[in-house]
Amino acid sequence: MNLHPMGEAALLVDTASPAHAQALRHALLASAMPGLRELVPGQASLLIVIDPAALGLDELAQRVTTLTAEARAAAPRHHEFITQYSGEDLTAVARLSGMEPVEVVRRHAATSYEVAFLGFAPGFAYLTGLDPALRLPRRAEPRTRVPAGSVAIADEFTGIYPQASPGGWHILGGCDVRLFDTSLTQPALLSPGDQVRFTVAR
Amino acid sequence: MGVPASGAVDIFDLRVANRLVGNPDGEAALEITAEGPVLRFTEAAHVALTGGKLEALLDGEPVPMYQTLAVKAGGELACGRVMQGWRCYLAVAGGIAADPVLGSRSRDTLSMLGPEPLAAGITLPLGHAPQPAPSFYLRSPPQYAAMPPLRVMAGPQQDWFTPEALLNLRRDAYKVQPQSDRVGVRFDGAPLERGRGQELPSMGMVAGAMQVPPSGKPIALLMDHGTTGGYPVIAVVISADLPLLAQLAPGTAVRFSDVSRQQALAAAREQAARLVRDLVAADAGLLAARALMNLAGGYESLRQAAISDGKRRIRIRK
Repeated sequence: MNLHPMGEAALLVDTASPAHAQALRHALLASAMPGLRELVPGQASLLIVIDPAALGLDELAQRVTTLTAEARAAAPRHHEFITQYSGEDLTAVARLSGMEPVEVVRRHAATSYEVAFLGFAPGFAYLTGLDPALRLPRRAEPRTRVPAGSVAIADEFTGIYPQASPGGWHILGGCDVRLFDTSLTQPALLSPGDQVRFTVAR
Repeated sequence: MGVPASGAVDIFDLRVANRLVGNPDGEAALEITAEGPVLRFTEAAHVALTGGKLEALLDGEPVPMYQTLAVKAGGELACGRVMQGWRCYLAVAGGIAADPVLGSRSRDTLSMLGPEPLAAGITLPLGHAPQPAPSFYLRSPPQYAAMPPLRVMAGPQQDWFTPEALLNLRRDAYKVQPQSDRVGVRFDGAPLERGRGQELPSMGMVAGAMQVPPSGKPIALLMDHGTTGGYPVIAVVISADLPLLAQLAPGTAVRFSDVSRQQALAAAREQAARLVRDLVAADAGLLAARALMNLAGGYESLRQAAISDGKRRIRIRK
């Protein structure tokens, strides 16, 4: 397990998997350690933000290495999103992956995805399970504004932009779904472990 | 759930502004970027302006920054442009009674959460003003005319970059791009090239993290940053210098210098100590004398510009 300081008030812990990051997060929450400010799971990491006046990074690093990961049980939920595959990057993605746009759509809608972790924006879920033939690096220059509901891909992920925001992913299409609602007790619709499918709008 | 803490991008000047009007640190104040509004106070109030150098008129007379100002009922505070630095804070005794969303009364511009951005014609409600009436100034306030090098610590992915990139970041000046906002400050300068081609797994981010997209132009994150990001982090601006990062106006060139974790912690402690040490209680006479001294010359340019154009009027009421 690799530990890297991220400034003087945060520790980035590399973990083997999203599940391991979640387990470490739960163990830290259960430890009720003073000085913990924020726990942010990543694709294969957990970022621990602290109050350095209450907790030292060295002490935290020691606690993290001794904390044993606890099993996490949560029943996955299933979601289906009807998608208009008319995104502005569809033809570019087809060209870069050496296939017709219709084949890009077929492959994207053929898979069942799993929510690995949330981040980037409120309710934005990183979905794993993308067809390897559609794997592309992020755009070299991120767009300053991507519309809400955009269904996009990057690297091994697909995702839906919950609201208009800057973004570096390739946009395949769009869907009409409310992914984040602060009036709900659980504001984010998608949680790690949930199963997601996209269906082509008729 | 993917929501950052948000809040003032220059937390030091927000805290100073709140303390100058006797508020606790967490009270909501106005963050002013580049140019400020015209405010009409329906009730008497105590206010304070901090941050970048702002030309402001209270009932037509220039007012100083970094000290308590008494506003009469019906008074008008006309804020002009931020002349040095980029952002100002206007605190009102009692705080602005905005409704919190997920525990924050700050507008998160990326998440689109929190109170709506201000617009001309709206009325802002105030909380209960503390008693007795506040009367303070800040000794040796920050100057944002010449920016010192921003202090950084090595980032978690420093080893993803070529030796030239690490040298460039420490040797060259980087210029703030106009697309910069509360999400991040975008820089242009000598490109920061990666030595590795692979994609980075997305990971949690902090304010101050300097992400480098494949273009090689770094982006230093501010308070409305996405909670995770997928570009490698070459360096992290230390907490004590986040206020300086937030005060960089587009077009400003800035350099970066390395510090250790111990130096970063010491700088944060010094900044916290300064909030207490440099805040001076003063009577009205001393504040008036200080105002005169600081305002020799006045703001002729601002007066001539007839700033009360009616487009930026916001009412403040108790």
